[in-house]
Amino acid sequence: MATLNVLFAVCLGYVALLFAVAFAADRVAMRGRSTWLRSPLIYTLSLSIYCTAWTFYGAVGYAVRSGLEFVTIYLGPTLVMVGWWWGLRKLVRIGRSQRVTSIADLISSRYGKSNTLAICVTLLAVIGVTPYIALQLQSITLSFSIFAEADTDSAFNPDASVVWVATGLAIFAILFGTRNLDANERHHGVVTAIALEAVVKLVALLAVGVFVVWGLSGGVAGVMERIDASDIGLWQVDRSRWAAITFLAAAAFVCLPRMFQVMVVENDDERHLRTAAWAFPLYLLLMSLFVVPIAAVGLEMMPTGSNPDLFVLTVPLASGRDGLAMLSFIGGFSSATSMVIVAAMALSTMVSNHVVMPIWLSYRGSGAAQSGDVRKVILLARRVSIGAVMALGCVYYQLSGGGSALASIGLIAFVGIAQILPALVGGLFWRGATRMGALAGLSLGFAVWVWAMLLPGLGGGILSAPVMAHGPFGILWLRPQALFGIAGLDPIVHAVVWSFLLNTIAFVAVSLLTFPNPVERLQGAQFVNVFEHSAGPRGWTGSVAQTEDLMVMTQRILGAEDARALFRREAELQGGRGLLPDPTPEFLERLERQLAGSVGAATAHAMVGQIVGGSSVSVQDLLAVADESAQMLEYSSRLEAQSAELSRTARKLQEANEKLTQISAQKDSFLSQVSHELRTPMTSIRAFSEILRDADTLNPEEKRRYANIIHDEALRLTRLLNDLLDLSVLESGQVSLNMRHGTLGDLLDHAVSAALAGYERPLRVVRNRADETLHLYSDLDRLSQVFINLIANAQKYCDATAPELTISVHLSGGVLVVDFIDNGSGIPVRAQELVFEKFARVSVEKAGGAGLGLAICREIMMRLGGDVTYLQGAGGGAFRVTLPVAREMAAQ
Amino acid sequence: MSNRHVLLIEDEPNIIEAIRFLLTREGWKVEAHSNGADAVEVVRHLRPDLVILDMMLPGKSGMDILRELRAIADLANLPVLMLTARGQMRDRDMAEKAGVSRFMTKPFSNAEVVTAVRDLVAQASRP
Repeated sequence: MATLNVLFAVCLGYVALLFAVAFAADRVAMRGRSTWLRSPLIYTLSLSIYCTAWTFYGAVGYAVRSGLEFVTIYLGPTLVMVGWWWGLRKLVRIGRSQRVTSIADLISSRYGKSNTLAICVTLLAVIGVTPYIALQLQSITLSFSIFAEADTDSAFNPDASVVWVATGLAIFAILFGTRNLDANERHHGVVTAIALEAVVKLVALLAVGVFVVWGLSGGVAGVMERIDASDIGLWQVDRSRWAAITFLAAAAFVCLPRMFQVMVVENDDERHLRTAAWAFPLYLLLMSLFVVPIAAVGLEMMPTGSNPDLFVLTVPLASGRDGLAMLSFIGGFSSATSMVIVAAMALSTMVSNHVVMPIWLSYRGSGAAQSGDVRKVILLARRVSIGAVMALGCVYYQLSGGGSALASIGLIAFVGIAQILPALVGGLFWRGATRMGALAGLSLGFAVWVWAMLLPGLGGGILSAPVMAHGPFGILWLRPQALFGIAGLDPIVHAVVWSFLLNTIAFVAVSLLTFPNPVERLQGAQFVNVFEHSAGPRGWTGSVAQTEDLMVMTQRILGAEDARALFRREAELQGGRGLLPDPTPEFLERLERQLAGSVGAATAHAMVGQIVGGSSVSVQDLLAVADESAQMLEYSSRLEAQSAELSRTARKLQEANEKLTQISAQKDSFLSQVSHELRTPMTSIRAFSEILRDADTLNPEEKRRYANIIHDEALRLTRLLNDLLDLSVLESGQVSLNMRHGTLGDLLDHAVSAALAGYERPLRVVRNRADETLHLYSDLDRLSQVFINLIANAQKYCDATAPELTISVHLSGGVLVVDFIDNGSGIPVRAQELVFEKFARVSVEKAGGAGLGLAICREIMMRLGGDVTYLQGAGGGAFRVTLPVAREMAAQ
Repeated sequence: MSNRHVLLIEDEPNIIEAIRFLLTREGWKVEAHSNGADAVEVVRHLRPDLVILDMMLPGKSGMDILRELRAIADLANLPVLMLTARGQMRDRDMAEKAGVSRFMTKPFSNAEVVTAVRDLVAQASRP
């Protein structure tokens, strides 16, 4: 008889072996000589943590109770591996490209790095996995107690053993699961140890199977007879249960945190999936090969009432094969420990990254980069989490009383965990899936699971019999096992159908109804199209992050060495000379992923966000950015407009300035001219008045002559002043026109006589009176003033020996044209416009005028709506007066 | 006295008459020329003891005539009394730069002109 002490010794020895293997594997991996560690075989074997103590021991019990239905547990994963290989590949690719640390991280990352979702999934995982861990602990103590029963010498305390086992596993998980932080470096030690355990449990189960078939039943034929003779209802197939449980197993295979850990997080090379796709189903086949024979033989051999869940152990024991029993025990122990270790690691990663770190970060505020060693905090959080998960398992074990069938707990946990499936698959293949949809689906599925499965399944009267029978508060359609009034279904099928149906409907419906935020959409595209762009840009856009701050933060998470190496590598990639790279979006992207490997996507995003500014890119942030850039655009276009306006204004100002300068020069010139024109007559007046005053010797003739000069110059001054005033009034526009009726002929008669009066020099005026019958309505005085001026000019300046002025009149399109052309030499071309300027005098000879006459004429004609211009090519001096006349007048 | 010969370059007949009267009475021989264009030639030909030069002349401005006179070697020290009706300070500066002997603004006092002519000729005849 094997004593319990020997069992303990073997157990400790086996654990020591696991530690040694894990340690060695870690060493090898660290030295980089780890090619065999990264073989697809190790990967495939590590997947075998799917086969827990529940599968190792429980499958036989399952077969005893439900016949071949236990096959569904193996069928589900097999179908996934064979039929959904491509889906897993996508999952692994995403997991690697996004540096996903856990299933919660994956879901959170997919749905806009939402920590709410991460927390939900973490909670679900903890609630779903804790019973599972308890189950493993129970299996270990149960198997211990089997040996204890055989060994009457010892006083075995199952409760104490659970604590010891849990403590040992926690230490293992902490030692090998939290040595380093970057999940990318992977836990080679743990994975190798698990692979070893996978071999051990397979060998143990096969050994027991071989013993049962060939040792006890005398071969395949014998065992087949025994099976036929047993009570096992092999072919009592409940199709709905088969379908439901196969689906559940498949879903759990993908969604279980520990499966995700080994399949995605610990995956070294997605090509390993190729091998696993056939090797893992083969492993499962081998694991299930002897389940029915052991069940049949156990039923036959063991006394009625013995626990069929332990036939794997009790049959060899009962046959006196202590060695085989010991091997079987180690196999079961392996199954339980490997599952507990990986589950604890996976859960602790989720808890520390999605619960502890966010709380710590918000507690520490924005000082994440500046204070404390984040690395230490994370590691501590993970270690504490592992301890907590183990403790939770122990507590659950104590509470559940260690009884009831193992398989039912396993199935309940499966249904709970599988609630993640819709969000997961939807996230991988449907870009329209949103965070709100995922939250809604998860919550509803979770609620249905708790109500319809977890609470009733826990037993112990948590739900009272009346509630079970009539629903809460008598609401029949809320009966836990007959939701919506559909009774009569198998409880598992019922729970699976309703939870998944409502979960999926809520997920799809809410996804359709809600709008994904920008990060969600980016991540959605990244996930769904992972094969098109595994390293595409996402998240951070142009920022002014302080690289030093990022460096400090990264050092605290990855350690100084790795952080420096990372930053140096990035700086080289950017082609920079320094050690620090520029905070380009690409660099921030990679850095975030690197950090995500240690602290999870949401936390990494938050940490980088704290430094980069804007702790997360929410819709509001992006909208704000968009708003800002829109404002900037608007502002810049406004600036552009302003600058165009400014340059226009500047040009106008320059023009105005030039004009002013010109006007100022004109004014100076005008004042100078006025001064000259005033001072000249005044000089004569003063000189002669002084002569008259001072000289006593003047004769009367001289006196009269000088007095006449004074008189003429005084008149000249008066004329000049009159002209200046006239011009100033005309120019200022304050002139009021005195409109009168008259005929052109009369006007010209008056002008000619007025102009020629007082001049002795003869000027012949030639007119055609027939043309001058035109009736006018205008300021006739002003018009006459113009005519007089032009005729007087001819009188003064025409240099012909027999001066002659021709005045011709004609109408041209409603405009009266009067030309004054003399037979002199005319005005030189360069001076033709100049004559209309003030004080312009062309001729050398003085003619008494101040040079304002033509300027006044032009001002007058402008006021009357016409003009006076010099007429070129007319022979002599020639001026043309134009004046618009009304049509009816022109007709006369 | 040989050195009592004044050339008056002025286009305003009444002013010519007034100055001629004033200076003749004091014993000066006055000749008048009213066109700016050939004024320099007239000066070179007549070789007066003093020139009275109006600023605004037809043909050539008094300022230009002054500059041309000063450019002629044996006319560099010829006394030139300049008269102007424009009354701008800028003109005075320009005239002084050009080498004017005296600058007077119209309307002038008769006594002032007579005194100026006497003084300028006396200064110029000193060794």
